[in-house]
Amino acid sequence: MLHRLRQEATWLNLLLLSGLVGLMVVLVMPLYSLFVRSLYNRRGEFVGLDNYLSYLTSGGITGSAWNSFWVAIVSMLIVVTFAFAAAYALSRTKIAGKGLVRLLLTLPILAPSLLPAISLIYLFGNQGILKHWLMGASIYGPIGIILGSVFWTFPHALMILLTALSQADARQYEAAQSLKASPWRTFWTVTIPSARYGLVSAAFVVFTLVITDFGVAKVIGGNFNVLATDIYRNVIGQQRFEMGAVIGVILLLPAILAFAADRWVQKKQAAALSARSVPYQPKDSLKTKILGFGLLTPSIFFILLVIGMAVYASFLTYWPYNRSFTLNNYDFVRFDPAGWTPYFNSLKMATMTMVIGTLMIFVNAWLVERCPQPKWLRNLYQLLALLPMAVPGLVLGLAYIFFFNHPQNPLNNLYGGLLLMAICSLVHFYSVAHLTSVTALKQLDPEFEAVGDSLKSSRTGLFARLTLPLSLPAILDVALYLFVNAMTTVSAVVFIYGHNSRLASIMIMSLEEAGGTAAAAALSVIIMLTCAAAKILHSLLMMLVNAKHNAWKGKVQTSQEKSSTAKSRKLAWLWRKAPANQGA
Amino acid sequence: MKVAGARLKLSQVNKFYGDTQVLKDIHLEINPGEMVCFLGPSGCGKTTLLRIIAGLEQQSSGQLWQGENEITKAAVKERDFGIVFQSYALFPNMTISDNIAFGLRSQKASRSLIKERVSELLSLVGLVQHALKYPSQISGGQQQRVALARALAPAPGLLLLDEPLSALDAQVRQHLRTEIRQLQQSLGVTTILVTHDQEEALTMADRIVVMNHGVIEQVGTPEEIYNQPASAFVASFIGSMNFLRVEQQPGNLVSIAGQQLALPKPWPSNQPLMLAIRPENIGLAAPNNQLPLAVIQQVEFLGSFVRLELRLDGQKLKVDLDSKEALQYDLTPGKQLAVRLPSSDLHCFAA
Repeated sequence: MLHRLRQEATWLNLLLLSGLVGLMVVLVMPLYSLFVRSLYNRRGEFVGLDNYLSYLTSGGITGSAWNSFWVAIVSMLIVVTFAFAAAYALSRTKIAGKGLVRLLLTLPILAPSLLPAISLIYLFGNQGILKHWLMGASIYGPIGIILGSVFWTFPHALMILLTALSQADARQYEAAQSLKASPWRTFWTVTIPSARYGLVSAAFVVFTLVITDFGVAKVIGGNFNVLATDIYRNVIGQQRFEMGAVIGVILLLPAILAFAADRWVQKKQAAALSARSVPYQPKDSLKTKILGFGLLTPSIFFILLVIGMAVYASFLTYWPYNRSFTLNNYDFVRFDPAGWTPYFNSLKMATMTMVIGTLMIFVNAWLVERCPQPKWLRNLYQLLALLPMAVPGLVLGLAYIFFFNHPQNPLNNLYGGLLLMAICSLVHFYSVAHLTSVTALKQLDPEFEAVGDSLKSSRTGLFARLTLPLSLPAILDVALYLFVNAMTTVSAVVFIYGHNSRLASIMIMSLEEAGGTAAAAALSVIIMLTCAAAKILHSLLMMLVNAKHNAWKGKVQTSQEKSSTAKSRKLAWLWRKAPANQGA
Repeated sequence: MKVAGARLKLSQVNKFYGDTQVLKDIHLEINPGEMVCFLGPSGCGKTTLLRIIAGLEQQSSGQLWQGENEITKAAVKERDFGIVFQSYALFPNMTISDNIAFGLRSQKASRSLIKERVSELLSLVGLVQHALKYPSQISGGQQQRVALARALAPAPGLLLLDEPLSALDAQVRQHLRTEIRQLQQSLGVTTILVTHDQEEALTMADRIVVMNHGVIEQVGTPEEIYNQPASAFVASFIGSMNFLRVEQQPGNLVSIAGQQLALPKPWPSNQPLMLAIRPENIGLAAPNNQLPLAVIQQVEFLGSFVRLELRLDGQKLKVDLDSKEALQYDLTPGKQLAVRLPSSDLHCFAA
């Protein structure tokens, strides 16, 4: 008996250790190869920082890096402004149909970042219907990149700001009112300060997403160079891998910076949240309704315009000359001999990412959070689990070339296969899934394991009978998050697909390049519908789980949940239900 | 269903967190069937000591025995105890019966035995009609009883209660105190209760272990702790106590406000001394020249008794007076009263 118990503890340590080793192999070692590669020239001779110097002197910094930087800053300013307005309207006014509005505003998450780029070409391109809106300026370049980036990063900022704004303390507003502060002054002295961490966090998240994104710039960037397209051109176009590695390392810097800033903000925010507060109830007046409507309209209009245009274009025979309805654009064989195969590859890859990822991430989170582990192992694992957040998908994919395509790597035969792409995607999206799992596990009573031990239950027994059923909502969230992101990602897989493992998002790119823009739009729409279906399935499963949970969830649980929504900003990425007071 | 408890013995237990020592040289023996309370202010180390006994925390040094078995290094599961936490940590997705049956199931008890034992415990804690409800559907006091039943189900030799009543409101708490005590006595299970509530300790315990800053200040029955506090800390922590500075005089005498008092026990004349006396042990009289005189500062009417705050020799003195007795005196602030400090009720502590 004793022997068996000791064995269990050792076994749990070994299991986490193997998770750690796994992350070493699929994350740390590839990044190390990337770094090393940037120090060697094309012939494999060590040249120190020469590659960096030649990139700098060739105008890389003044060109692409500067372009990336200012485009990301402008996009960030636009997104944060509009997302804040929308979040304000959703949390501080009583308008009808909030659920629907939130759904509409988060739709871009379901689409690959290529979709807005394609749609923008239809809207503002050379043949665009709204071309005159640009007053002669070209959509191919910074304007297109900024508009496309605004579209797909909007929901990320919205979710963070909604969480931040819904943590308002009604008593602060009552105090401001009793001190006769004007609404304008109240806004600047109460609303903005209480949402400041959310604003900082949203700004960093959007900045990182834009500066590391590849899809939008590839499709609509034209001759406007940014870091992400620079990497692609160097690696795919000119086979200059060492230069790709150099830009990859450079691209790590802003991401790491943003990551560090975000962690700092998270810590501050957690401290600010511990105080008890009375939730704010929005006032029901015509004035605030009009305000809310006004704040939401631009965002809703833009999102519907972009999506609507993509859907519309996908059904047209030949833009702009023959606008008759057709389904031909969905018959992909007409444009590419692979036909629908890449779509099914995507489906397979996303399913693999979801299944392997959810299992691995949740079990590891449980091991690290709820099982006795040596301190060094716990700390090291937590560090590695958060690291992917600071690694752009494109950089990770590039690192995978150097590591997995190396002839001496025993895992070499994975290269070009769906499994490796699934691994790359799951590593790329590891951190958010990890944080979601950890947040859920932290919410369980810290003494459960102590009680279980005193009642002589095995840890695995307690996991199956208690931890797992209680964590089902979080597990479903993680699964959806991984599926949707793996389905829509371009940057993480653009370097590592093989002949027989082309994915739908990659095919959208090549269709667009070959002039099959309508088919590219059609495939984008298909991906979006697939993700929407996954989301609907997720909602149905959630209803089932909640029905079961509601049986044993009384008053106690809901009050716990309320306080937990505050902590779970990471959950907000996944459209979890209403943070605090906007449940109405 | 009497449970045979085993003697628990702790020897030279120390615990450090980094450089801070939270438990200092703890020696303790707990007899079978006894109910012992660890009492002390928060941060005194009582919960840490309980967790060390449970194996949830590892002592830095020292040994523990449960009966004949040394459990110094035993894992939690290798020790024989049931535990109730402040939060109860009931499994929210299991019914009351399933919660209670949990320990029996993990010991692979037979189905019929489990059923029998669960219904026995349900009736013991008076929750038969709630058997199929979930924890969130019953009241806090009922949840507490479920936690107790769950801990007792596998018939452990030792029951550990970590502030089990502090999450409940005053009335329920009072009621449960009696209930837990009766249950413990009828089962005869050795029990350790951690609390910061002296009333809880005084009413429930066979013996109280008073702790402060990681050391045991005193171990004794509630009467001993109250009537013969071993240290100034115990005296001040339990009940209400007056401390008085006095002038030492030869012949085991002291003086205060110009009047001499005899000490209850010999005290070395070269060691500074402080007198202590409980407010209810002080007698009053009309001003006279045999007794020290005090001035009334404040009068508080507390129903069955009156609390006076007097000034004696420049020091504060609290006196509790029966409400009826209080009618004999003029209790206007500023008036003088003579106070009687009976030798037998005086305690001496080093100043």
